[in-house]
Amino acid sequence: MDTDLMIRVYPFFIEAAYVTVQLSVLTCLLGLACGTLGAMARLSRLAPIRWIAATYVSLFRGTPALIQIFILYFGGPQIGINLDSFAAGTIALGVNIGAYMTETIRGAIISVDRGQAEASRTLGMSRAQTMRKVILPQAARMMIRPLGVNINALIKGTALVAPISVIELTYTAQRFIGSTYKPFEMFLLAGILYMIIIYVVGQGIKWLDRRAQIV
Amino acid sequence: MIDTTKSDTPFIDIRHAAKSFGALEVLKDISLTVERGQIVAIIGPSGSGKSTLLRAINELDPLSSGEVWLEGVQINKKLPYRQYEKHVNQVRQDIGMVFQHFNLFPHLNVRDNITLAPKMLKGLSTAAANKLAEEQLAHVGLSEKIDVFPSRLSGGQKQRVAIARALAMKPKVMLFDEATSALDPELVEEVNLVMKQLAEEHMTMIIVTHEMDFAASVCDRVLFMDQGVVVEEGPPEVIFQNPKEERTKNFLRKHLSR
Amino acid sequence: MGLDFTVVPEYFGILFLGMGWTIAITIGAGLLSFFGGIVFAVIALYGHWVIRLPFRLLAWLFMGTPLLLQLFLIYFGLIEVGIDLPAFIAGVIGLGLHFAVYNSELIQASILAVDKGQYEGARTLGLSRGQTLRRIVIPQAVRAVIPPMGNNMIALLKDSALVSVIGVAELTLAAQQAISRTYRPFEFYIAAAACYYVINLCLEAGLRRLERRIAASR
Repeated sequence: MDTDLMIRVYPFFIEAAYVTVQLSVLTCLLGLACGTLGAMARLSRLAPIRWIAATYVSLFRGTPALIQIFILYFGGPQIGINLDSFAAGTIALGVNIGAYMTETIRGAIISVDRGQAEASRTLGMSRAQTMRKVILPQAARMMIRPLGVNINALIKGTALVAPISVIELTYTAQRFIGSTYKPFEMFLLAGILYMIIIYVVGQGIKWLDRRAQIV
Repeated sequence: MIDTTKSDTPFIDIRHAAKSFGALEVLKDISLTVERGQIVAIIGPSGSGKSTLLRAINELDPLSSGEVWLEGVQINKKLPYRQYEKHVNQVRQDIGMVFQHFNLFPHLNVRDNITLAPKMLKGLSTAAANKLAEEQLAHVGLSEKIDVFPSRLSGGQKQRVAIARALAMKPKVMLFDEATSALDPELVEEVNLVMKQLAEEHMTMIIVTHEMDFAASVCDRVLFMDQGVVVEEGPPEVIFQNPKEERTKNFLRKHLSR
Repeated sequence: MGLDFTVVPEYFGILFLGMGWTIAITIGAGLLSFFGGIVFAVIALYGHWVIRLPFRLLAWLFMGTPLLLQLFLIYFGLIEVGIDLPAFIAGVIGLGLHFAVYNSELIQASILAVDKGQYEGARTLGLSRGQTLRRIVIPQAVRAVIPPMGNNMIALLKDSALVSVIGVAELTLAAQQAISRTYRPFEFYIAAAACYYVINLCLEAGLRRLERRIAASR
């Protein structure tokens, strides 16, 4: 294994890792926003809104994320959307993971015991008050771990912006494989950094989950 | 504590209540009235519709047809969505309900469980709400548990807190849906005591229960339901000792010989 | 520039050919991931520690890094060691191994969940460890794990688009060929997405039927 080479090029990977982290954070935030909206829409009492949300989930989970990125980045200009690769990638990935998060969040809300809503409504609280004060606080505690699974996939999913030349970890690995012909070493450099990012985030999720447990 | 106004209008008036879940008829044309301060027990086999009837009173499971009136106000009025919601939320403040599985809010401690609705719906200040919570807890004998979380309470304690939570809204009537069915036998008595105390304070109560002894000792009236109809009703002495209907006799025989 | 979907039908031929390759890749990698998953699971649970340890390391590596990165490793890595495989084969191997690792986790859990009494019953009858595994435990474990593995198959179908990056002529690349001639990326990527969606629906329907048949045979 060519460790000298690895020592020489790793700074590029560190910089690329920083971009991967940025992509992950922004994608995650957008995904959570879409996921929350989507979950609320899926649970709406108005059938058309429910249908729109279900279609959103079906389309974005049923087609490859890579194609979604290409549609936005390459196809966008045709309908007046001109984004740079970083923005297009982030938005496409964010909306994509939002579809998965919609189901995660909705699942958590549904899993709150029916009796909780019944007790709350019986006291005279409205649907909105019940959701805000009784259901969502309990659902939020339950959705941390499954959202962690979504986030894990999201971090690895940021690699999909490499084909549109965003200079993140996978793109950097590809670039250096091309110039050094050392795929194993470059895989290791990128791979280890991905795993560090995933590990740190994973620990954060675990901590959040612990803190959220009710006394 | 008895308010003797409007004694000609029945306090609770259920007219021709019917409820179907799809093809299944759960309630078949039930009419009954409850006077203020009355304590009514509803007994019967599972599937008889007794819980469904109770839950129809506060629109948890709205009737398919028929009317429910509380003190001259129709509870199950047909209104456009938004008005209906406002109306129902308002009326429910006057009806307290206690569930078989307590349904305490696990993410809130006892104090917050009790003060949540009064603060949100009646605009009570935190100080006033806290005082109210302390009063209600003292009423059910659990003052020292005010800052504890529900997971730390026994079943009987949870149910007493649930009763305190319902009472904090100063309801006109209390509905009990098999309040002690999920409790271990040793814990049933403490809840029954609280319910007896409420009865002595002349709270109007409708109690769905399996406990014949308790029903006999507390209630003014007993209704026996079977397959969606009220088969027989009367004072406890009559129903339990001298029932008229065959079905009532069969049910009691099976139940009391256990 | 505007949209003009009327250019798409002209290229149906190219797109269908690409779809065919996508389906072929999915089936090939799917089979590899299924059987590979079983093999990996058995190694991970019952293998000699000399094999088990490096295997766990590889599994950890494969689950913690992006598929695209792994595809680069396999495609270019094989070339480095002198094996010059067509991109198609490298793609199938890469996809198959990636999902084999995930499937193996599922199968391991399922094997462990098979009632211990089954194992003991077989051993007391005189069956060897290997025979017990092969005839009693693994068939039950695999049957139980088809639904979650089905989800992995669906993911595999979508991830098959990634092999276009290493030059495999499947649906995504076919769309790109059409784009290079018409300069209409929006129309053709939408068309490609529609094709993937339809294949996905068929796959999901097939999986549901499979699950029902398995449930019925209990």
